[in-house]
Amino acid sequence: MTEAFRSLKLVPKAESPQSAKEFKTDQEVRWCPGCGDYAILAAVQSFMPELGIRRENTVFVSGIGCSSRFPYYMNTYGMHSIHGRAPAIATGLAASRPDLSVWVVTGDGDALSIGGNHLIHALRRNVNLKILLFNNRIYGLTKGQYSPTSEVGKITKSTPMGSLDAPFNPLSLAVGAEASFVARTIDSDRQHLQSVLRAAAEHEGTALVEIYQNCNIFNDGAFEVLKDPNTRDEALIRLEHGQPMVFAGQGVFRGADGELHVAEVTEANRSEVLVHDVHHPSAARAFALTRIADADTLHHTPIGVLRDVRRPVYDTLMADQLEQAASAKGAGDLAGLLTGADTWTVS
Amino acid sequence: MTSQVDQSEAVGGSDGEGQGAAPPPSGGRSRPAKPIRRLDRVIIRFAGDSGDGMQLTGDRFTSETASFGNDLSTLPNFPAEIRAPAGTLPGVSSFQLHFADHDILTPGDAPNVLVAMNPAALKANLPDLPRGAEIIVNTDEFTKRALAKVGYAADPLADKSLEAYHLHKVPLTTLTLEALKESGLARKDAERAKNMFALGLLSWMYHRPTHGTETFLRQKFAKKPEIAEANISAFRAGWNFGETTESFAVSYEISPAELPAGTYRNISGNLALSYGLIAASQRSGLPLFLGSYPITPASDILHELSKHKNFGVRTFQAEDEIAGIGAALGAAFGGALGVTTTSGPGVALKSETIGLAVSLELPLLVVDIQRGGPSTGLPTKTEQADLLQAMFGRNGEAPVPIVAPSTPADCFDAALEAARIAVTYRTPVMLLSDGYLANGSEPWRIPEVEELPDLRAEFATGPNHTLEDGSEVFWPYKRDPQTLARPWAIPGTPGLEHRIGGIEKQDGTGNISYDPANHDFMVRTRKSKVDGITVPPLEVDDPSGEARVLVIGWGSTYGPITAAVRRVRADGGKVAQAHLRNLNPFPANLGAVLKAYDRVIVPEMNLGQLALLLRARYLVDAQSYNQVRGLPFKAAQLADVLFAAIGTLEGDEQND
Ligand SMILES: Cc1ncc(C[n+]2csc(CCOP(=O)(O)OP(=O)(O)O)c2C)c(N)n1
Ligand code: SF4
Ligand SMILES: [Mg+2]
Repeated sequence: MTEAFRSLKLVPKAESPQSAKEFKTDQEVRWCPGCGDYAILAAVQSFMPELGIRRENTVFVSGIGCSSRFPYYMNTYGMHSIHGRAPAIATGLAASRPDLSVWVVTGDGDALSIGGNHLIHALRRNVNLKILLFNNRIYGLTKGQYSPTSEVGKITKSTPMGSLDAPFNPLSLAVGAEASFVARTIDSDRQHLQSVLRAAAEHEGTALVEIYQNCNIFNDGAFEVLKDPNTRDEALIRLEHGQPMVFAGQGVFRGADGELHVAEVTEANRSEVLVHDVHHPSAARAFALTRIADADTLHHTPIGVLRDVRRPVYDTLMADQLEQAASAKGAGDLAGLLTGADTWTVS
Repeated sequence: MTSQVDQSEAVGGSDGEGQGAAPPPSGGRSRPAKPIRRLDRVIIRFAGDSGDGMQLTGDRFTSETASFGNDLSTLPNFPAEIRAPAGTLPGVSSFQLHFADHDILTPGDAPNVLVAMNPAALKANLPDLPRGAEIIVNTDEFTKRALAKVGYAADPLADKSLEAYHLHKVPLTTLTLEALKESGLARKDAERAKNMFALGLLSWMYHRPTHGTETFLRQKFAKKPEIAEANISAFRAGWNFGETTESFAVSYEISPAELPAGTYRNISGNLALSYGLIAASQRSGLPLFLGSYPITPASDILHELSKHKNFGVRTFQAEDEIAGIGAALGAAFGGALGVTTTSGPGVALKSETIGLAVSLELPLLVVDIQRGGPSTGLPTKTEQADLLQAMFGRNGEAPVPIVAPSTPADCFDAALEAARIAVTYRTPVMLLSDGYLANGSEPWRIPEVEELPDLRAEFATGPNHTLEDGSEVFWPYKRDPQTLARPWAIPGTPGLEHRIGGIEKQDGTGNISYDPANHDFMVRTRKSKVDGITVPPLEVDDPSGEARVLVIGWGSTYGPITAAVRRVRADGGKVAQAHLRNLNPFPANLGAVLKAYDRVIVPEMNLGQLALLLRARYLVDAQSYNQVRGLPFKAAQLADVLFAAIGTLEGDEQND
């Protein structure tokens, strides 16, 4: 059995090795054929045994959307809740049950539109939650309206002349919301996806994992440039902690203006290529990295872990306060509480 | 009759039979040689600027009165603004206290004594005073400017406009400053102790024990001993002033009330409710999880529960009301006693999650401390206009049991009752208190822990269903045949892994189902479950057995209605009374009770919400009597309504 993942210290270990099959349910999966959600589901199911924890101590909580059907297909405990509220529900569960591994599955509309408030507050609190944000840059379940991550000018049923509002960059938002762990991966790259899940499970506190997910019905090919063997090497920056950020002969540099930018790597500038440091205490570097991709072409999209810093975890702090109170005042005495200090007796 | 007492809660003429010998004086000090008059009850209202410390003064007088053993009932009334403009009518804050040597039910209709710290306090409260009431004013504040600010053209203390009252003109500020001149405090700080001077004076007038207040002040200002001592000096100076000055010729004694034997404390509704939640957690063995977002008048419960982490209580101040209930529901899924506390606007935000809880069939307590609405309404005032919101305020057929406490102390038992229903039937439950109960207080007989209901909950531990092929499985929606409750299987239980959600579920398996017949069945089953909750039968109080008029209420109107009923009966009227605590489901005998009377009167602090339900459900001609003034009913007002109802019936007879 592997060493326990750091965020799962308090979760009971599995008694014997598990298989991906054990994590499948008997429910028929009902996404559209070809939907990116299938690949993510398979990647997660085959990753779970690696955690080495009891299946019954794992919980998937989701909101509403195509992606949020996810818990029905995971043979763990699960709750398919209401639109946008999964982070709040999962917060209550994780904060009261440190012996559980709690995962949130959400979509770009679910997490960033109706549930934006819960997302940012979960991130700043740093509750021990792993949030998987399936970003297909569209509202899938409601049949194809633009979402808060859709590019400006998006033509959809609700925006026949093009959408007007500028999108969120989910990872910029997360870094701004004090997230302690921020990563990005792609539905079709199982190996990469699982490496990111591994890092998220290792992280103590809230981990936000943005997964670029193809909706082949309403937004097909949204991430094709990152997947097509002919373009992907040019488009993707595969981040590795401690490694220089280089790809296809290019590298990430800090310019004279202080901004990060991409340039060709030459003999002269090779030593100036920035080395990726996920633990860098300043959020500015991570924020700059989240901004480096071209929002329209997706060129220079970093994938992998952008930020992974240690910060006190809400549920641990809460449990500590309970313990402190009990050791300072003694375990609660109900009769004493009800009686209080000012009483009189009638006989 | 003594001059101080009106008739608002008179019981069978027991009022003021007391020219009899006064018992030996009580209180910590030697008594003055002034005459002592005995009263059976008094209503005092302290009124001043929001910055004058009137709530604290009232609280202290209440504590002294409680420890003396009187029955009591209080009505704090304060502006929504934290620092409303000084000296203005909207800035007036008041605290009314009714105390007696017998059992009383309301803070009283009309004060016998008004303490007015400034012209605004006088002007705002004068309309409530009966002729002959005593008024104690702080003359120092009756300056030209202050008078002008509230529209007094002439000084009411100088002209004859207060002739109908016993006016005591006391320069409270000057006297306080004089008492504190040795204290070394800056004038501004010293002045602030004038409320304690007033409290001392009133404590002398009514023979209140003073020890508790001195201890309280020392504790409250433990970090600023000079302020503590100044307040105590002002308090004592007020007491001595009463004893020596000629302006106060008599003092009054109100004997302790004869309450049922037991140990008592004074308790407000919000405190009682908080304790009820902790007791429910202890008695159920479920750790308490509160998810809440601050809102008046519910925040005190969040504050109180936050103090009791040593009971394993987790309090979570969420980013909004939706997250508050979401977190509570998540905790309930994990096996906690999930609670969310709020007021009407917060319930509106929580509606969708309450619906989810109905569908998930998990225990959850939703506490609504109602306040004046709609929208922000009157945040610090009381109302009971959320009944229909609690009953119907969700999409789809989403029945939720409702429990409403009737007095501040009853908030404790109501919390336990709500928890019983939630845990037994696996359902969200609405607990409807209101601002009047929340902030009002009364003596509470402290229960023994063993007397409290046993709420132990059982989690599912293994399979509960055998398939045709003989295999054993767990079905999350297979119900208990008695209660129709589904099993509560919490994460961490091996073999019971299951998924639940807001989408309609197949009966038994809990799998997603869009089958029309199944949906119809599930909707009806959820309703049957709530309809089938066992609740105690409705008790009717009709000592004569001959009443033809029934008055029925719910929630915090219990006190005023009961006081009105006593008045009517004292004057020979026959009226039956019933009070609903369980509003969903209603007690099984409610229909029969309603049909047994010729007239049914329903007083409510809304525009007729219970009456609407009674009419719809039982086809009775229930008649509403409504008030939405942000204040509780007065007993006299309701007594008139009941007399009128009795009168019309008699009139009918004559016409027959
Ligand atoms: C309160 C509420 N409002 C609206 C909806 C309708 N609705 C369901 S899913 C959804 C958007 C889903 O988009 P996203 O989160 O991106 O998920 P996807 O389907 O793309 O995976 C909307 C608007 C709802 N279910 N509940
Ligand atoms: S609509 Fe799009 S996101 Fe939803 S299941 Fe179909 S392909 Fe997947
Ligand atoms: Mg989407």
